[in-house]
Amino acid sequence: MLIAEHNEKKMMQILRPILFLILFVFTGAGFVSAAGVTEKDTTNSHSEGFEAGKHVIAHVSDAFEWHIATFGETHISIPLPIILYSSNKGWNFFMSSKFHHGHEAYNGFRIEHVGENEGKIVEINQNGEVVGLPIDLSITKTVAGIFVSVIVLFFIFLNIAKSAPKSVNKAPAGLQNLFEPIILFIRDEVAKPAIGEKKFEKFMPFLLTAFFFILINNLLGLIPIFPFGTNVTGNIAVTMVLALFTFFITSISGNKHYWKEIYNPDVPWWLKYPVPLMPIVELSGVITKPFVLMVRLFANMMAGHMIVTVFVSLIFIFNDLMGVEAGLGVSFVSVAFSVFIVLLDILVSFIQAYVFTLLSALYFGMATSEHH
Amino acid sequence: MGFVTPDYGTIFWMLIIFGIVLWIMKKFAWAPILKALKDREKSISEALNSADKARKEVAGLKASNDQIIAEARREKEIILKEAREIKDKIIAEAKIQANAETQKGIEYARQQILAEKTAAINDIKEQVAELSVMIAEKVIRKQLDNPKEQELLVKDLLNDLKLK
Repeated sequence: MLIAEHNEKKMMQILRPILFLILFVFTGAGFVSAAGVTEKDTTNSHSEGFEAGKHVIAHVSDAFEWHIATFGETHISIPLPIILYSSNKGWNFFMSSKFHHGHEAYNGFRIEHVGENEGKIVEINQNGEVVGLPIDLSITKTVAGIFVSVIVLFFIFLNIAKSAPKSVNKAPAGLQNLFEPIILFIRDEVAKPAIGEKKFEKFMPFLLTAFFFILINNLLGLIPIFPFGTNVTGNIAVTMVLALFTFFITSISGNKHYWKEIYNPDVPWWLKYPVPLMPIVELSGVITKPFVLMVRLFANMMAGHMIVTVFVSLIFIFNDLMGVEAGLGVSFVSVAFSVFIVLLDILVSFIQAYVFTLLSALYFGMATSEHH
Repeated sequence: MGFVTPDYGTIFWMLIIFGIVLWIMKKFAWAPILKALKDREKSISEALNSADKARKEVAGLKASNDQIIAEARREKEIILKEAREIKDKIIAEAKIQANAETQKGIEYARQQILAEKTAAINDIKEQVAELSVMIAEKVIRKQLDNPKEQELLVKDLLNDLKLK
């Protein structure tokens, strides 16, 4: 029993780096496979030509199904649950496969492809006319991607939490050894200097959760194979919620001094009366700070995904314009640049997670600092 | 530009998911991990402190050891000095005593000699007196006329005296 357990452990030790390597190889190689899929798309189904803009936007946008690959006319995708509420029909639950990749209507609902509601589910009547927008709480690709990353997050940190109390009097090993320096970095280099020695502990759970949630989503977003590769942190709704958490925690933990500096800052009186100029500026700062957090993370991750997709699209643009040889020639350059951008994105993933955490910590520090 | 407008469905799910994740991570991951990190730091600093203390103790022990050794050495020297003094004293006393004994012996011998001498002198005196008496007696008894005979007799007598 013991020997078997030992062997298993040993095997995991050998397997782990290999798995890691595979993960990283796929980060680069995945784009080649993505390229292959799109090629078939252009040559077979969309013979009118490759629409790069649409392709790029579709790649970074949310979707009602999790598209994996397309072979000829066959789309391989994971259907996701659609949850709708409309005043006429009440709650509706069904799988996105009922839409047949958006080609068909189901139960009086349809995915709109044109117009102002493009990409949204609309309610239609018997004649196919749009009668309204249902409340859409579907588990979209982004939400499914969040679930995947949360599973990874739980797997890593609940494991560490299990082994951590046992290794108090010895050196950490394995996963714990990998993540402990990062946790210590967040604690000692981010939280402590930004918030202060006395109060930082209260904010540690949020800072660590936000950091690792963003980092893991950033990195998983770079792996273009199922079940990874969803553009979670490049979705503005996700970054908005993260920024909202920072905003609410800052506001709730803001002390008297913090609010006084906003509503009645130490400036000459004529900046406050009769027009409350400085309070307005300060108050707008309160809103701008989380807004900037939201936009920065979103724009960085979105841009990374877009650039890679654009580089890959270049191959097919040249293919359409000047023939297969040109496409082949450009593909070398495109792949090289894509690999470079992906490597850059790995760096950006860490930097953005760090910046979000650092700025959140700084805002918490501002909210809790004593008058000096 | 659909992708820059936040989708309320995603916001809804993200709020729920992130809220739950935050709670679970806080309770089941960060609490034990941060506690373990703190405990380890504490145990390391405690170990360092106790090592420092032990080092200081050892240094103190060494210092006191040196002190003890120095004291012992001093004591040894004192003892040796005392012993030497005692030895010298004993030797000196013995010498004085021996001298006195010798003097006493010499004195005693002298007195003995003196006593013997006195006794011998007395004895000689007695004998001389006796001899004188005897000579006188003999001289008187013989009453020799001839001086030659007289002289012979004295000689004879003196010879007798010498023989004695």
